[in-house]
Amino acid sequence: MDWGALHTILGGVNKHSTSIGKIWLTVLFIFRIMILVVAAERVWGDEQDDFVCNTLQPGCRNVCYDHFFPISHIRLWALQLIFVSTPALLVAMHVAYRRHEKKRQFRKGDQKCEYKDIEEIRKQRFRIEGSLWWTYTSSIFFRLIFEAVFMYAFYFMYDGFRMPRLMKCNAWPCPNTVDCFVSRPTEKTVFTIFMIAVSSICILLNVAELFYLLTKFFLRRSKKAGNSKQQPNHENKEETKQNEMNELISDSCQNTVIGFSS
Amino acid sequence: MSWAFLRDLLSGVNKYSTGIGRIWVAVVFMFRLLVYVAAAENIWKHEHDEFECNIKQPGCENVCFDHFFPVSHIRLWALQLIMVSTPSLLVVFHVAYRENRQKQHNQKLYRNPGKIDGGLLYTYLISLILKTGLEIVFLVLFYKLYNGFKIPHLVKCDIKPCPNTVDCYISKPTEKMIFLYFLAATSCLCIVLNLSELSYLIFKYSIKCYLKRHMKKQQ
Repeated sequence: MDWGALHTILGGVNKHSTSIGKIWLTVLFIFRIMILVVAAERVWGDEQDDFVCNTLQPGCRNVCYDHFFPISHIRLWALQLIFVSTPALLVAMHVAYRRHEKKRQFRKGDQKCEYKDIEEIRKQRFRIEGSLWWTYTSSIFFRLIFEAVFMYAFYFMYDGFRMPRLMKCNAWPCPNTVDCFVSRPTEKTVFTIFMIAVSSICILLNVAELFYLLTKFFLRRSKKAGNSKQQPNHENKEETKQNEMNELISDSCQNTVIGFSS
Repeated sequence: MSWAFLRDLLSGVNKYSTGIGRIWVAVVFMFRLLVYVAAAENIWKHEHDEFECNIKQPGCENVCFDHFFPVSHIRLWALQLIMVSTPSLLVVFHVAYRENRQKQHNQKLYRNPGKIDGGLLYTYLISLILKTGLEIVFLVLFYKLYNGFKIPHLVKCDIKPCPNTVDCYISKPTEKMIFLYFLAATSCLCIVLNLSELSYLIFKYSIKCYLKRHMKKQQ
């Protein structure tokens, strides 16, 4: 059980995401999880062993380390990534629920004309509308909240994003104020700034996706309102039929393109 | 053999669970298993090396560490994860038994071997009760063994061969405490999920039973 399992779970959600959502997922996996596992963990790997205090007093190093690092950067990032990935599960569960309902209807024999077999239901990509729109939008909203909370927690706990070289400590049992030296401060600062920058990019992507979804929602609503205002006559019925067919054709084209790319 | 085995096991269980059961599996994966592997394991990795006593007497550190940590937190956590996931196997076994029976008799004995009804319902309920019980047992064990979920900075130790009372310092106590609270919170969440699933199933099937009886009486 590791980040690979998360990749499998979230990869399933990818199919039903918007394009911005797919970019967000890529950024998450390549620039955050992969960097965390491949590089950042090594940088923080020896953090307590190489945290050296200018004293021979046993216990002083432990206490000072605990005082300056209540929770290590690397653990905070791991928690941030887990919490930020969790809302996508809401979407995965909703999609699974919809599929289950469609399979049930198919078995009862209601939608035989729409789907040839159960495999088609399994492979179908759902459009983000209706209740799925609400689930998707709330998942993005929660993602934003979690990202912001963790970034603030980081800033609050470590007084900014710089890792100092030297810390002065006078917690008991250190006899006086003692100089303690952090291992690899510059490398840690570089990685911290990198992770914060990628976090900010993810926040921007989420905000953009939220705006995109809201815009789509309001456009669809105004289109529906416009359609319902028109008086229903024969010519308009034919026009709407032609519109529906055009939509279906463009949808199926979109599905093939997306299916191709995924 | 690693955590991937448990993950595959639980994925198999997911198929025969109710909606709340699937939420429970997701919580166990994301907030317990993944947090354990990605974050918590590394905190306790060098706990013995970093446990420092204010004494040069050989053997004193070993003895004190053993006295204060009979079973390490992280090992208890791993045991809890394994024990809590195992009752779900009962359901998997029961479904496999049903499918086997169907194959042996070469006829359709069950409308759907994976549907939670009849004997499978009782197995499912027993698995839920066992899961909840084990969660509570481990939480109580944690609480009793370590006097709550707090980890002190300093412990005083006077066991032989330590000559007098000696100050021993635990490494990363705050970080460990944060993760222990996290463990307790997710455990409680899982207990709540299990209890709600239990009440939901009991309620659903008692209503079904009552309606069937009512219809029979009318006939």
